[in-house]
Amino acid sequence: MTNIDLRSDSSSLEARLRRAPASPDRFERARGALAARAVASGLVDVAFARHASPLGTLILGVTSRGVVRVGLPAEGEDAVLDDLARRVSPRVLASPADALDHARRQLDEYFAGRRRRFELPLDWRLAQGFRRAVLRATARIPYGRTASYREVAARAGSPAASRAAGSALANNPLPLLVPCHRVLPSSGALGDYRGGADAKARLLALEGAR
Amino acid sequence: MVDAGTGLPPFERVVLRHGPALLRYCAAEVGPERADDCFQETLLAALRAYAELRDRRAIRAWLFAIAARKAIDLHRERARAPRPEPDLEALGAVGAAPEPDPALWSRVRALPPKQRQAVTLRFQADLSHREIARVLGISEAAARRNVFEALARLRAELRR
Repeated sequence: MTNIDLRSDSSSLEARLRRAPASPDRFERARGALAARAVASGLVDVAFARHASPLGTLILGVTSRGVVRVGLPAEGEDAVLDDLARRVSPRVLASPADALDHARRQLDEYFAGRRRRFELPLDWRLAQGFRRAVLRATARIPYGRTASYREVAARAGSPAASRAAGSALANNPLPLLVPCHRVLPSSGALGDYRGGADAKARLLALEGAR
Repeated sequence: MVDAGTGLPPFERVVLRHGPALLRYCAAEVGPERADDCFQETLLAALRAYAELRDRRAIRAWLFAIAARKAIDLHRERARAPRPEPDLEALGAVGAAPEPDPALWSRVRALPPKQRQAVTLRFQADLSHREIARVLGISEAAARRNVFEALARLRAELRR
């Protein structure tokens, strides 16, 4: 520290007061410690993690009941987190959770071709009524197989509601875990997918379904 | 359709948007060795009360008002049980960066409380005078005056 520094005029005094003592590293560490304490104190309603996959970065969200949301890269992280804040609770924090570790591991195994079904507790609260019935029917389509929208609608109890089934699948809060990519139009086309048609084709190819 | 209905952003975004300034504020208010405590206590209290927050446009002032109370608690604690001077090497090991301008900040911490808080909120957390007023429960004019008086005093002391 030089003498000139100490005899600063008002503008450089303000500049000195603005100089940041905390480094970005330090913020990251403080944030990690905060997340651990917040979870231990039961203050986190939705713990989430970013998870690298062949499709891009997934957002995984869990509650005390199980996995509540899988966000695909095409959805955008901000939109996924906003949706969770609005529909589950604003207490959404990137934080550690055993359920997240299990989901990460099983997804890695799935993408490596070493897992054909997921064994994870799911929190279904983001799908109600008929939509939930459609998703539960979809969850029973085996690995590497496909079904039509009409078939899924029928298994959910309303054979005529294939359009509503399509809408339920388009809003699937748990893609991959509830394999909506296995549902195709009866025309034989690929159909829509929340994560984009490319991602759907890729998943079906991974499973040897097409 | 489920809807928590609060219109609040995910808390994660509050941490990312205001956390770095909060940590700087804490370091300036309570010193670098207790900054993490202040940061965590503030955000835990904020998370606890978050769902009841009514005015989502005033999140920053609300957060720093909590921080100002936590900083006062930590000051009191320190007054009751004075700690030995921090071991700078040990602090380095846990990642507490030393302040860039310790001579200046020790003077800031010796200011009268309102002036100290006002100047810290203004320059370390980058709050507006209106937000400072809200945090400290004073008028905007008083907030402006406290910042001004703090600067005048620091300038006079540094000239000495």
